[in-house]
This record gives sequence, structure tokens and C-alpha cells, in this order.
Amino acid sequence: MELNTHTVIFMGLALLMTVAAMLAVTTRNIMRATVYLLFVLFGTAGLYFLLHYTFLGAVQVTVYAGGIIVLFVFAALLIGKGARDFTHTSILRYIMGFTAAITGLILSVYLIFTHQFPEVKPLASVVPMNLIGNTMMGADKYNYVLPFEAVSVLLLACMVGALLIARKR
Amino acid sequence: MIPAEYYLVLSALMFFIGVFGFLTRRNLLAVLISTELVLNAVDINFAVFNAYYYPEHLEGFFFTMFAIGIAAAETAVAIAIILNVYRNMGTIRLKSLKKLKF
Amino acid sequence: MEFTIFILALPLLSFLILALAGMKLPHKVAGLIGTASLSTVTILSYVTAALYFGAGRGADGLYPTLTPYNFTWLPFTQNLHIDMGIMLDPISVMMLIVISTVSLMVHIYSFGYMKGEKGFQRYYAFLSLFTFSMLGLVVATNIFQMYVFWELVGVSSYLLIGFYYTQKAAIAASKKAFIVTRFADLFFLVGILFYGFYAGTFSFTPDVRLLASAGIVIPVALALMFVGGAGKSAMFPLHIWLPDAMEGPTPVSALIHAATMVVAGVYLVARMFPIFIEFAPEVLHTVAYIGAFTALYAAVVACAQTDIKRVLAFSTISQIAFMMVALGVCTSADPHAGGLGYMASMFHLFTHAMFKGLLFLGAGSIIHAVHSNERAFMGGLRKYMPVTHITFLIACLAIAGIPPFSGFFSKDEILAACYDYSLMMGVFMSGVAALTAFYMFRLYYLIFWGKSYYEGQLALFNKGQISEKPHAPHEAPLAMTLPLIILAAVSCVAGFIPFGEFVSSNGHAYAIHLNPAVAISSVLLAVAGILVAAFMYRKGGSKVVLTVKVQSKKFIVAAYHRFYMDELWIFITKRIIFRGISRPIAWFDKHVIDGFMDLLATASQAFSYRIRRLQSGNIQSYCIWFLHGVMLLALILIFLV
Repeated sequence: MELNTHTVIFMGLALLMTVAAMLAVTTRNIMRATVYLLFVLFGTAGLYFLLHYTFLGAVQVTVYAGGIIVLFVFAALLIGKGARDFTHTSILRYIMGFTAAITGLILSVYLIFTHQFPEVKPLASVVPMNLIGNTMMGADKYNYVLPFEAVSVLLLACMVGALLIARKR
Repeated sequence: MIPAEYYLVLSALMFFIGVFGFLTRRNLLAVLISTELVLNAVDINFAVFNAYYYPEHLEGFFFTMFAIGIAAAETAVAIAIILNVYRNMGTIRLKSLKKLKF
Repeated sequence: MEFTIFILALPLLSFLILALAGMKLPHKVAGLIGTASLSTVTILSYVTAALYFGAGRGADGLYPTLTPYNFTWLPFTQNLHIDMGIMLDPISVMMLIVISTVSLMVHIYSFGYMKGEKGFQRYYAFLSLFTFSMLGLVVATNIFQMYVFWELVGVSSYLLIGFYYTQKAAIAASKKAFIVTRFADLFFLVGILFYGFYAGTFSFTPDVRLLASAGIVIPVALALMFVGGAGKSAMFPLHIWLPDAMEGPTPVSALIHAATMVVAGVYLVARMFPIFIEFAPEVLHTVAYIGAFTALYAAVVACAQTDIKRVLAFSTISQIAFMMVALGVCTSADPHAGGLGYMASMFHLFTHAMFKGLLFLGAGSIIHAVHSNERAFMGGLRKYMPVTHITFLIACLAIAGIPPFSGFFSKDEILAACYDYSLMMGVFMSGVAALTAFYMFRLYYLIFWGKSYYEGQLALFNKGQISEKPHAPHEAPLAMTLPLIILAAVSCVAGFIPFGEFVSSNGHAYAIHLNPAVAISSVLLAVAGILVAAFMYRKGGSKVVLTVKVQSKKFIVAAYHRFYMDELWIFITKRIIFRGISRPIAWFDKHVIDGFMDLLATASQAFSYRIRRLQSGNIQSYCIWFLHGVMLLALILIFLV
């Protein structure tokens, strides 16, 4: 693998994401955890751009980094002191969680490198926007109008549900 | 061209960091953050498989997109629940949430 | 003959009505329902008999065997199936007459005897059930149907013995009767299964070639069936339940434990007679020896009993043993050459049912009058109860074998059959017959002659030595005396029925002819027995009695205690079976088998206590274990499989 721009960017993103993710699950401050999560999400968006899925990267930035992180921040602020209320996790729990995670990771990596993936057919260029639009709104085979509508209804329901749950009585 | 395995290893790493967080954190919000990590790792996988092995289709692409949408919905509801829990019990420590146990 | 279904259906119907709605009905109505249905059944039985015997013999000189109903109930194989149906042949028609007659008499009699008793309706319901089962038993088309009704009969007997379920003795007696007969029935069932397996059918008329090729198994099967019959018919040593069964109401004793159910064993042997005589004559002769011993044993014990119902019970055992002997001494199916006993047995069954029913009903009438079973409370009753006295005397004469009463004719045929078999058997049975006359007239004189207990008490009362005025014994009401009179009349004339015309071992007509030597000797012996009894007991407490009592005190005490047979059974069951076999088994069950089960339970409980902390309700712990499990499975699947 030659050292080109793509590779450098990927390596940078990977390093950023790994470190940020690790910090996000270990830091004691919820606000910091939220910010570390934000870094991970941005990194993910960067990966999408690297894959030429620019639209997906944009969605990731707006919905995830823009929307969800804001939700987390609001929640952390609303809860305030309670959010910082971290108690000590037992050492046994740490060890158990760690073994489970590390075994899974080793297993996955082993599988990734031993599995015979099909031949790589690299993407020529960025996926054109009109193709995405037609696919999303089309009703033919391999078109997604039905999931699209379903998700929109789901989001509406979520909105109502979240309001209902969270409103003061 | 970055090999697909690199992406996959990265996503696996993220996934299991998320799992570790889910297993060890003691705060509902932090647990939720961990699940977001897990979700993201999966999203990356979908996108990578689509981009590298089946570029003529857009299944992985759209799956990722819908997953992001649903993640947003899920987070909204989860946070609403967490707020409600906090309002009712005064804490969001997992250990104290035992009212539904029996 | 399609109407014969009503013979079975009506008692069943009345049982159902009385059992379901009986408690809401007044006594009289309940009794009337039972009696009315039984009257109809009796009429139908007589019509059946008239039509059946009136139709005459077939071309082969036999009365045809009719099966108006027969449907397959449980098919096992092509040939082996359990049927339910109605079969009419000479002996089953004869049994229909016997059962319905005695049952009707008992139904009428019970109106008087059971008047005002608590559970009157229940009593009639059980009577109906019993009658249904007994009728079903005799008309059975195959041995399995017979077995089914056989058990039903046992159940109704159990229910009726335990009718006074508040009395401990009645409960114990009912349980004893049920357990002993059920124990015997086990052998019966095993015998049936053997028979069914090797004969390939449950029918009474199996394929002769199959039986012949089965070899030793068929005699064994028949012997096992006989054990069942011996249990029901109270043959030694399974007789122990019958004397205790007298705890039931007296009419029940008359119906079940004298006239009908206890002869089921005889009927069973008679049913299987063709197979017995063909394939297992040795077993049949064993039956004769068992019967002979039982007859003597029961007669001796009867001489020493003080409870009048017990005397009658042992007399019943003895008389049934006579029937068994008569069947057992048969050496061929030809009544002219060694097959006389079959006819004699059935004849005796018929006459015995009538006069023994009469004796029990008479005893019931006496008990009704003096309110006790013990002979000490009786004596001199002939003045107070003339009808009972006369009818009881007729019955005693009949059982003693005095002409022209019915018992003479049937017993004479039995003795003749015994003499045909061997001189020793004949002499032995003649002796027992004489003993029969003795103990029956001992009973008769003790009840109706001698010192009156009532008069003695009255004298004491007049002298002021007892404060309570004794009740005067009185004659029973018409409902009770009427059956007595009818049965007495039957007992007088039944002997003149040309019984051999209807029933004989090979089905051909057989003209009964008295063997003068046997007849005269047996009458002489019977008269001698009566005279001895009269000499000893007529006056009551005569010197001779006292001398005899003192001389053979030990023997009399032993006989009074039935030669300790009950104690022997208790010893065998309690000491040997319970303590020697059941207890170790129970110990094994309790400590080893239960212990193992307990160990499983305790171990899993202890294990659960250990792992219950896993069920913390904490999602994260669950997830940790879940993930470890998943990883383990994945490792196994990837690297090991």
C-alpha cells in the first residue's frame, strides 16, 4: 500500500476515532464523553467522504453530529449534577467487559483477514445526487420509497412519543 | 486505494469499544453514548461493503442512511426516557434503577 | 329376542336416576322406581326364558345359542377383540331367572327392612347397579365382557357391604371383601390374558386346534381363571371375606352373598366347562378337591358360630363348594357317562339361590324383630313370628335335603355325581350333607325353640330386676313376609322342575332319575343330622350339649374362630408380606429412589442458589454473560467444527 493522501487521511481519521472512542467510554465527565463522541461521528463522516459517499457524509454530519449530539448536550445539561454522578465500576466488571470485548475484537479481526471477500470493484466516482434522489423516491425494484415513508412516519411517531414521555405532568 | 480490511478493522475496533462501554458504564447517558458508537461502527461496515464490493448497487448506502435516521429517532426517545427517569427517581445511575425488576 | 337389551338397560337406567336424583326423591318413590324397573326386568326375563325354551331344540338336539347383540368394543387384532353383547344359552337364561327373581324379592323385602333408614335411595341405587352388573355378567358374550361386569359386581358388593359406612366393622368388611376378591381377580385377569393370547380370542368357543397346540398354557390359564372364581365364590382359602360381608344389610346378603354374586365363580367354571373338560380335566378335579375341603371346613365352622348370619354365610360357602365339587367331578361332557355333575351343579345353583335367599330374608326378619344377630337374644320365637318360622323351616328342610323340598333333588344329583366319580368323594360329600342338616337345624332350634330371651327378660322386668321393659318380638310387615312366602313356595316346588331338560353338560336333554341308594342314604343321613340337632338344641342347654361342649372345648373354640384362618391371613400379609417384603421395598423406595430424586432436587436447588445472583436484573451483567456465551459458541463453531 503506497503512502498517498488518502492513506494519510485514513490513518489520521482512524487514529482520531479510536482515541476519541476510547476516551468517550472511559471519561468521567458526561460532557466530555459527548464531545469525544462528536469527534468519532465527524471521523465517521470523514470515512464516508473517503468512500466517495459524500451525501452520506453530509447526512452523518447534519443528523448525527448536528442533531443527536445536541440532544445529548441538552440532556446532560438538564440532568446537570446527576449526569456527573459516576460511581466506581467493580474491577471484576471491568475485567469481564474487557475480556468479552477483546475476544470479540480478536475474533472479528481474525475473520476479517481470513475471510475470502469477493473481488474489489472500486467506485469510479462520487455517487451522483440525481441517482440517489431517484433511488430514494422510486417505487421500482431496488428503490426505497417505502422505507423512506416508513422512516418518516417513525420519526413523527418518535417526536410525539418523546414529547409525551418527557413532558412535565 | 485503502484496502477494505482497514475499514473493517477500524469499525470492529469501534464496535467493541462501544460494547466495552456498554458493559462497564454506570450512567444511562454514557451507556447511550456507547450504543451510538456501536451503531456507527455498523454503519461504516454497510457503507464499506457497498462501496468496495457492490458499487453498482446502493443497498448499503441506503441502509446506512436509514440507520442514521432511525438512530436519531432512537436517541430522541431514549433521552426522553432518561429525562423522565431522572425526574422520577432523581438519578440516572443504572444500579439504582430497580423498580421494574420484579 | 331384541328386547333383551332392556334387561340390562332398565337396571342401569334406574341406577342412574337413583344415583343422580335419588337424594331429592322421597324414600317411597325411590324404592318404587327401583322395584318397578326390576319387576319389568323380571317379567322380561321370564318372557325370555319362555320364548327361548319354548322355541324348542334345533335340529342337532341342542338349544341354540343366541346373540341378539354383539358389537366390537376394543379391537386388538383381526381375531382378538373385546366385544360387548348379550348371549342367550340355557345357563345364562337360567341365571337370568335366578337373578331377577331373587333381586325382585329383595327389592320388595327391602321396603320393609330398610324402612326409614338413612340412605334408602342410595341403597336402591346400589341394588340396581348390582343387578345390572350381575345380569351383564351372565349374558356376557365373551370372557372379557364377563370380567368387566365381574369387577362391576365386585364394586357394587363393596358399596353395599359398606352401606353403613359410619360403622367401623362395615368399612373393614367392605375393604376386606374388595381386596380379597380383587386379589383373586388379578389371577383371573392373568388367566384371561393367557387364554386370549394363546386361543387368539376372548370368545367362549375358541378354535379347538389353537387350544390343542397351546399345550400346558391352557390348563394354567384355566386354573388362574378358577382362582378368580374361587375368590368370588369364597372357596378356601379365599373365603375369609364372605363371613365379614354379613356386615351389610341383610337383604343384600341374601341377594349378593348368598344367591347371585357368590355363585359367579361356579358360573364361570360352568361357562368354561367345555374347555375344562377337553383340555384340563386335572384342573377340574383339583377344583373338586378344593370344593370338597371347603364344604367340610365351612360346615364345621358353621356348627360353632353364634351369629345367625355368620352361620348362614358359612352354610353358603359350604353349598357353593358343593356346586364346585359337582362341576369338578365331571369326567366327560356326556351326562350319562360322568357329566352329570354339570347339570347337578346348575340345578343346585338354582335351588340354592331360592332357599338360601329365603333363609337370609328370614334371618333378616328375625334380626328386624330382635335387633341383634346373636342367637343369645333369640330362642322361642316360633310363637311370635309364625310366618317367618314356617318359611324358615321350609328353607331348612330344603337345604338339609328332605324330600319333597327342592334341595333334596339337586343335592341328590350332586351326591350321585360324586359317587360316580369315586366312592370316597361320595361318602365324604354325604357326610358333609349330613353335617349341613345338623347345623341348619341347630340354627333353627336355637332361634325358634328353646328358652325365649324375651320371656326371660320380661320375667326379670316383672321382678323389678331390670328397669327397661323389653320389646316383644313381632312378625314382620307384609312387604317382608310376602317375599318369604313366595320364595318358600318356590323352594317347595322347584325340585320338580325337569331341570335336565333345559340344562345339561352337552346340551342334550337329560331326564333326571333318582338313584334310590343315594337318595335313601342321603335322606337317612339328613334325618339323622336333624334328629341329633333336635335332641341337642330343642330344649336348649340340654345335658348332652354341655357334655359335648366340655369334652371338645378346644375344637369348638377353634371352629368358632374359623380355625384361625383370618389370623393366618393376617399373619401372612402383615408379618410376611408387609414386614418381610413390603417394608424393605418401601424403605428402598423412600431412601434410594426418593433419595435420588431428593438429591436431584437438592442439588439443583443448591446450584440455583449459587447462580441466582446472576439473575440480578442488571442488563449489563446479562450482556456480559450473553457475550461470553456468544464468543464461546463462535470460537467453537469456527475452530472446532
